[in-house]
Amino acid sequence: MSASAATVLSASTDLRFRYAVHLGDTSLILAQRLGEWVGHAPALEEDLALANIALDLLGQARYLLSYAGEIEGKGRTEDDLAFLRDPSDFTNLALVEQPNVDFGHTIVRQFLIDAWQLELFECLQGSSEPRFAELAAKALKETRYHYRFSSGWMVRLGDGTEESHKRVQEGLDSLWKFTSEFFAPGAVDEEAAAAGLGPDPASLRAAWAANVEQVLTEATLKKPADVSYRWFGKRNQHSEHLSHLLAEMQFMQRTYPGVQW
Amino acid sequence: MNQAPANRADRFVAPAEREIWRILADVPDPEIPVLSVVELGIIRHVRLADDGRVTVGVSPTYTGCPATEVIARSIETRLEAEGYEHPKVESVLSPPWTSDWLTESGRAKLKEYGIAPPAHSVSHPKHLFREPKVACPRCSSMQTSKVSEFASTPCKALYRCASCLEPFEYFKCI
Repeated sequence: MSASAATVLSASTDLRFRYAVHLGDTSLILAQRLGEWVGHAPALEEDLALANIALDLLGQARYLLSYAGEIEGKGRTEDDLAFLRDPSDFTNLALVEQPNVDFGHTIVRQFLIDAWQLELFECLQGSSEPRFAELAAKALKETRYHYRFSSGWMVRLGDGTEESHKRVQEGLDSLWKFTSEFFAPGAVDEEAAAAGLGPDPASLRAAWAANVEQVLTEATLKKPADVSYRWFGKRNQHSEHLSHLLAEMQFMQRTYPGVQW
Repeated sequence: MNQAPANRADRFVAPAEREIWRILADVPDPEIPVLSVVELGIIRHVRLADDGRVTVGVSPTYTGCPATEVIARSIETRLEAEGYEHPKVESVLSPPWTSDWLTESGRAKLKEYGIAPPAHSVSHPKHLFREPKVACPRCSSMQTSKVSEFASTPCKALYRCASCLEPFEYFKCI
């Protein structure tokens, strides 16, 4: 798709639907992962923090999936899209479906995605679609707090004890490969960029990398080498972890179709 | 926009709508019940149509704030009790709610309740990257430190006072 004026003015319904679902899925799946920490985090304060971040992300997901259902016009609600799609229909970034492992690992995952969301929402405020721009302005303010939390913990753990340093470095080494997807072309976010709906994914890289490197240096952590990786969530290619996550998240609707509170 | 819509209401709002603002000033926030929804700065507009239908625009404090639906229901219930038929609450996301819209009386009530009010205006985004100086709501000491970025709700952080040794919540600037 070319970035001509015509396409900017008329991003297709289908493209707006897919872009909203892509962004909404990323927030939804990460919210679900963070929710798994409730009652299990190392301290009450961190338990509350992870749950509160999950709540913000769930709010983003609800907004985006409701909007997707609205523009699709087939009567699907946010709940239908969250609970009744198969794993192969999800387009979240593969990083967010990765299991929690330990607190240090979770902080690394959160930090990498927070730094990305900071750049994403900053740029998405200029979307040609007001519904994306409005959400971005709201979510950006919340993401700054998420980032303060996760970057603060990166430094405390990385520059902490021998054990905490080791765990965070291991988390970083195992998760780094998933960040290549943030900026990779050939998926819905690139189409959305061409239509003026959102930023070009590659354009977010420089600011993200500078930010991340600064925190890693302060945290005395070693930046892993860049590699391209086969998991490509935004093209519906997921790791095996997504199916397990959805089996739990969707259990109630799958078992009792149409059940309501 | 640094002023809460409620502050402007008295001067620019028609008497019939002013009456609705007065009723809303009595609807408590479910999570911080000492504050009304007007003091919290989440009421964005009140419209009274020719047929008598009331529409109230409400901004969520946070995208995922679980109180949003409770607030909408309590506003509707209250207006119905006051004789307005089928009042409607609509969500207003843009421009996003900011803690700058807490009213002066709202800030005073927060402090009295034991929650430190937002320490400064957010009109400059740099503020979000700098640690605010927060006064203890009990003893007013500035010898306080942050325990956690998030407390019982996303809108608050957890602090501790080194002077009176009490923990307290701080309503974040956002």
